[in-house]
Amino acid sequence: MSEKVLMKGNEAIAEAAIVAGCRHYFGYPITPQTEIAAYMAKKMPKIGGTFLQAESEIAAINMVYGVSSTGKRVMTSSSSPGISLKGEGLSYMAGCDLPALVVNVQRGGPGLGGIQPSQSDYFQSTRGGGHGDYHMIVLAPASVQEMAELTVKGFELADEYGITSMILADGTIGQMMEPVSLDFDLKPMPEKPWATTGTKMAREHNITNSLSLVPEELEKFNFARYEKYKKIEENECRYEEYMTEDADIILCAFGIAARVSKNAVNEARSKGIKVGLIRPITLWPFPKAPFAKAATHAKAFISVELSMGQMIEDIKLSTECKVPVYLCNRAGGMIPDPKMVMDMIEKVKAGEN
Amino acid sequence: MSTREFLFSGFGGQGILFAGKFLSYKGLIEEKQVSWLPSYGPEMRGGTASCSVIVSDNPVGSPIVSNPDVLVAMNLPSLDRYEQSVKPGGVIFVDSTLIERKVNRDDVTVYYIPATRLASDNKLGNLANMIIVGKIMSVFDEFTDESVDAALAKVISAKHADMLDVNKNALKLGAEYTKE
Repeated sequence: MSEKVLMKGNEAIAEAAIVAGCRHYFGYPITPQTEIAAYMAKKMPKIGGTFLQAESEIAAINMVYGVSSTGKRVMTSSSSPGISLKGEGLSYMAGCDLPALVVNVQRGGPGLGGIQPSQSDYFQSTRGGGHGDYHMIVLAPASVQEMAELTVKGFELADEYGITSMILADGTIGQMMEPVSLDFDLKPMPEKPWATTGTKMAREHNITNSLSLVPEELEKFNFARYEKYKKIEENECRYEEYMTEDADIILCAFGIAARVSKNAVNEARSKGIKVGLIRPITLWPFPKAPFAKAATHAKAFISVELSMGQMIEDIKLSTECKVPVYLCNRAGGMIPDPKMVMDMIEKVKAGEN
Repeated sequence: MSTREFLFSGFGGQGILFAGKFLSYKGLIEEKQVSWLPSYGPEMRGGTASCSVIVSDNPVGSPIVSNPDVLVAMNLPSLDRYEQSVKPGGVIFVDSTLIERKVNRDDVTVYYIPATRLASDNKLGNLANMIIVGKIMSVFDEFTDESVDAALAKVISAKHADMLDVNKNALKLGAEYTKE
């Protein structure tokens, strides 16, 4: 185990990406993720990598598309409004089944919004983000250590499945410092026989292209892609359960909201109220199993979010609406505090009895 | 100590974030669980700056400190804003050079340290922050040469190694300060 160092969440993403073998970063500055770009600007030239501040987010994502086509590990990062600009590129990459890592350190929206933390890009990221039938793997870190670990995991999953992985963080996790260890068991990078690296006159041309004008063929691509997504749903769901076994009330939260919720679980337990927490780590694929299981004994769910309740749809789908789901939220850059969650727990408990 | 939650607050340029970082590293070196969370945004440019630091024997839950055990107030707006949020039984450290009024609570312990004046009297530049941190360490009986040296080495880069002694002097001055 290597020595732990204090790092900001954003810096941990950048360093973990380098450890994972990423040598190409393209981005355009935006708060609250700027430390990622700053770190890359400092480090990449020293290790033979590329840091490039593009002229826009759209340019940056298309540079990612280009490098990914050559089989190299590549990433970009931005925050909410910048991710919207990248939407077209994300869709094009999905149409080419290209692996990449995209980081969204969310801020309040819609529009230009604010610069304080938010989770209101849940719909956008879990439903693909751009046009067309596609998904990204969406990873939601709740600590600086997870910012690093899920970055590595994100690259590995992207390469394994030919898909974009998105780190869906928020301004708090991006800005906070915690001890982090950057000692990873890296999987060997897989062969990429599809990469456009020159034929050397020894093979057929590789082409990455999302244009497909024959509907019968495009349909085949769509169906095949969803076979792949099915496999990801079966194999890659990640979540953490905290004191759920005997819980009457289940809190559901990811990222910073899960940290706040954990405090509330501890406080509720100290008052004798049986509360647990399910923390999805993958938001797509959504970990339905622990929710379905909890719905067999819990009387109520409370979704704790920094949005207007975007995750509730997935909770209801996972539990087939068997148990009521309440919302405890702040929005626009505000963060619920443990007391607010505790008040909601007591309100729900009173209502359920 | 199981968990101690700090809130550092002042205006941009007083080394609020740096003071928090120092205590975070000190915790890390002592194998505690720590978190450090700055306020960020436009308010940092000359306005108020604050940072939440949690040092604990257990994994840190929410990194946001709403009700600190320890408040460091380095200007009046900070004391006005956070005085009432301190837990009963908590401790408030006040830079009494910049804050003339007294704390209006009788359920907390208050230390008034003229840190900004002490820094200028002793040619310690703008290290009022570290004078207060030194006082915090001595109040909690955690001031040792080893912990100071180790944590300073983490927060001061090799490029600024000449600042090590100055910071240590500021910490010592704070630790030894008793009301004049």
